[in-house]
Amino acid sequence: MNRYPLWKNILIIAAVVIGLVYTLPNFYGEVPAVQVSPLRANLKADAALMSRIEETIKKAGLAAEGVALDATSVRSRFTTTDDQLKAKDALQAALGDDYVVALNLLSRSPQWLTAIGALPMYLGLDLRGGVHFLMQVDMKSALVKKMEAFTNDIRIMLREQRIQYSGIAREGQTVAVRFRDAALRDRALARIAKDMPDLELRTADDAGEFRITGSLKTEAQRRTQEFALQQNINTLRNRVNELGVAEPIIQQQGADRVVVQLPGVQDTAKAKDIIGRTATLEVRMVDEEHMDPASLAQAKTGQVPFGAELYYERNGQPVLVKKQVVLTGERINDAQPGFDGQTGEPAVHINLDGTGARIFQQVTRENVNKRMAILLFERGKGEVVTAPVIRTEIGGGRVQISGRMTTQEAKDVSLLLRAGALAAPMEIVEERTVGPSLGADNIRIGFNSTLYGFAAIAVFMIIYYTVVGVFSVIALAANVLFLVALLSMLQATLTLPGMAGIALTIGMAIDANVLINERIREELRNGNTPHAAIYAGYDRAWGTILDSNITTLIAGFALFAFGSGPVKGFAVVLCLGILTSIFSAVVVSRGITNLYYGGRRKLDRISIG
Amino acid sequence: MEFFRIKKDIPFMRHARVFNLISLVTFLVAVGSLAVQGLNLGVDFTGGTVMEVSYKQPPQLEGIRGTLVKIGLTEASVQNFGTARDVLIRLPVKEGVTSAKLSEQVLAELRKAQPDVEMRRVEFVGPQVGKELFESGALALLFVCIGIVAYLALRFEWKFGMAAIIANLHDVIIIVGVFSIFQWEFSLPVLAAVLAILGYSVNESVVVFDRVRECFRSRKYRHTPVPQVLDAAITQTMSRTVITHGSTQMMVLAMLFFGGETLFYFALALTIGIMFGIYSSVLVASPIVMYLGVSRDDLIRLDKKPESESGAVV
Repeated sequence: MNRYPLWKNILIIAAVVIGLVYTLPNFYGEVPAVQVSPLRANLKADAALMSRIEETIKKAGLAAEGVALDATSVRSRFTTTDDQLKAKDALQAALGDDYVVALNLLSRSPQWLTAIGALPMYLGLDLRGGVHFLMQVDMKSALVKKMEAFTNDIRIMLREQRIQYSGIAREGQTVAVRFRDAALRDRALARIAKDMPDLELRTADDAGEFRITGSLKTEAQRRTQEFALQQNINTLRNRVNELGVAEPIIQQQGADRVVVQLPGVQDTAKAKDIIGRTATLEVRMVDEEHMDPASLAQAKTGQVPFGAELYYERNGQPVLVKKQVVLTGERINDAQPGFDGQTGEPAVHINLDGTGARIFQQVTRENVNKRMAILLFERGKGEVVTAPVIRTEIGGGRVQISGRMTTQEAKDVSLLLRAGALAAPMEIVEERTVGPSLGADNIRIGFNSTLYGFAAIAVFMIIYYTVVGVFSVIALAANVLFLVALLSMLQATLTLPGMAGIALTIGMAIDANVLINERIREELRNGNTPHAAIYAGYDRAWGTILDSNITTLIAGFALFAFGSGPVKGFAVVLCLGILTSIFSAVVVSRGITNLYYGGRRKLDRISIG
Repeated sequence: MEFFRIKKDIPFMRHARVFNLISLVTFLVAVGSLAVQGLNLGVDFTGGTVMEVSYKQPPQLEGIRGTLVKIGLTEASVQNFGTARDVLIRLPVKEGVTSAKLSEQVLAELRKAQPDVEMRRVEFVGPQVGKELFESGALALLFVCIGIVAYLALRFEWKFGMAAIIANLHDVIIIVGVFSIFQWEFSLPVLAAVLAILGYSVNESVVVFDRVRECFRSRKYRHTPVPQVLDAAITQTMSRTVITHGSTQMMVLAMLFFGGETLFYFALALTIGIMFGIYSSVLVASPIVMYLGVSRDDLIRLDKKPESESGAVV
């Protein structure tokens, strides 16, 4: 009666083997590595880049342990952190600004483990050191900015339509236009309603004054906020790339917050600086008179023609640009990738605000068949995003840039145009920084307390329940194995609270075995035969185990749902630990007991203390 | 080895009033302390900045305080953390100061005074975020309570659900109360510990109730009055109760002693919770079930196949 069918034994063995394989990578430790990933979509992480990196490392007199290529980056491993730093500097110098060269730690686990997807757990910031920022986007000012743009647009439109108004102003998040008579007001109202469907318009008349008040429709407000958030995330991503962080996390949290996590970053002052920086966009004319190869070559040596400046396009092409600024990025309301209506070529559609549109129309009228340049300035360093030729005069503020562009490039350019500056100011509302020494300490104390606690429980269980106690301890060890394997498989982030969760789960998981063992003793005391006692013990304890674990599971779910950051990690471990503990305490320990006692037809006593 | 060889059922229920009195007194002390001096809420809930810095040599705390006062941080608290070389600096929220920059400023000043200072940890929580963390913590507590009552009501009967949750909320109040009495810092991990304990010590009530149900169904207790059935159930599960909690406590003690300052209060909350968990879920929950007037019919009626199961008992 106490025998498992073959499939159950196989199930247990399979679970243990899988558990071992997936737990294994966590024990290999990590090697220092340098990760190179292209910043731009037209640059690929490919074999050519790999050989270039190999060459650079060799030239620097360093020996890489291995250079490997994956989907988005090339990673070279080194034996010491010293070599790693030297290699980073050498690669940075050789590859320039087009690539992110970041320090990273890679698992030392062998290739075959990586090949089957067995990867070590990802260590949280409190264990490996790093910076966590929670940034709040000031949505109010994004809406005010949007309203400011509308105010300008309305002013220009009314002028163009020759509708006389006596005053126009932005009042908070609304725009108010005043007219002398109702007829003018109604004409304007019809016009604004037609051109600006995003505005909710109301009229009010008092004391001989006729007013239109416009506010953003809820739907448009939501769109504006989403757009602002997305743009800020894009900007942050660009800036973080510059920090050279191997695995940054930048993601939206809630409606108006962004989480930025930079593992391994030590220089928090610099990180804050770069994240909080403002970049600007400028539109200028290309200095066509000096764009001949000779002048360009001269400019490269430092002899720049009067009134011009030398900048480079993203592909390294030099461009001489006039010093005079036509437009700044503030005039750009939006930029989206798309396609040319006639040729079907990939294009970037730019939407300028009223003032921008007027200036742009004038400039394009005067400069047909000449090139203009859109420049991005960050930290005083400029770069040409794109330098298209002006074909015709462009009015209305809707600009399309097309030609010699791939879809990806169109996407990149529009992103850059949008992300050049933040859509709305951001503020750090939460910061958690952990230094590297504390991270290492945390791993040690987390590991040690789990180990000592486990040892104490093991000793006690074996003394108290003798042979059956040994089974319980084996089951408990299997539980830890399953839990760690599961966390590794899910690539969960291990934090110190998570480690506390593992420890606590061990402490709680033993409950199931105690329940079973006590029950077996009781059945024996009641005069049952050993086999019947084992059978009844497992059978009767099962309901109780289930009940008692479900309540803890409920608490775990609540912690997960309402908890944030570290508490969530604890909750995940707690929930998974409960699930694995049910399996290991009931199925695994029963399997061992069956194996040991089940085969004996005549069983006189069980060693249960 | 066996700790508990109890031949006769211990008459717990006869002393129910004594336990009730103990509970009531501790409960009132806890509530009183919470009302009078409140909780020493951590930076997670109040907002503010906490910095942990480490020196090669034990530093003079007065010197650090002086440095902070010099840059206008008069309300800063400076204390040792774990060892004499580690120092914890707490800076309250200041209106109008972009607090994110504050830690950099402090570190720069400290470095000027003594170059061997090393930053171990910075935690800055804005007041708004702190408020939200507090709210979501309270929501989590509420959700756990509702979830557990609902589950127990489904699995047993509403009387058991009520009894278990009252007993365990009484635990929660006592843990929080102890933190208030000693003015220990109540942080996010401590809250997590409290919620975990809530789920965990309900286990205890579940195990006892399970046994109560089984006893009600068993022929042996057919004519036994309810209080004696409860006594029998508690006595029968006592061995398991003590051993399980002892094992969990061993693990928690390991965290308490080897877990460093970071896990100390987390483990401390768990310790108090486990201690009171044993007591309350057995000796508070069971009397409540009794007072609520639980009867044999309450449980038998819900059971679908009482005969086949009770057949295995004797």
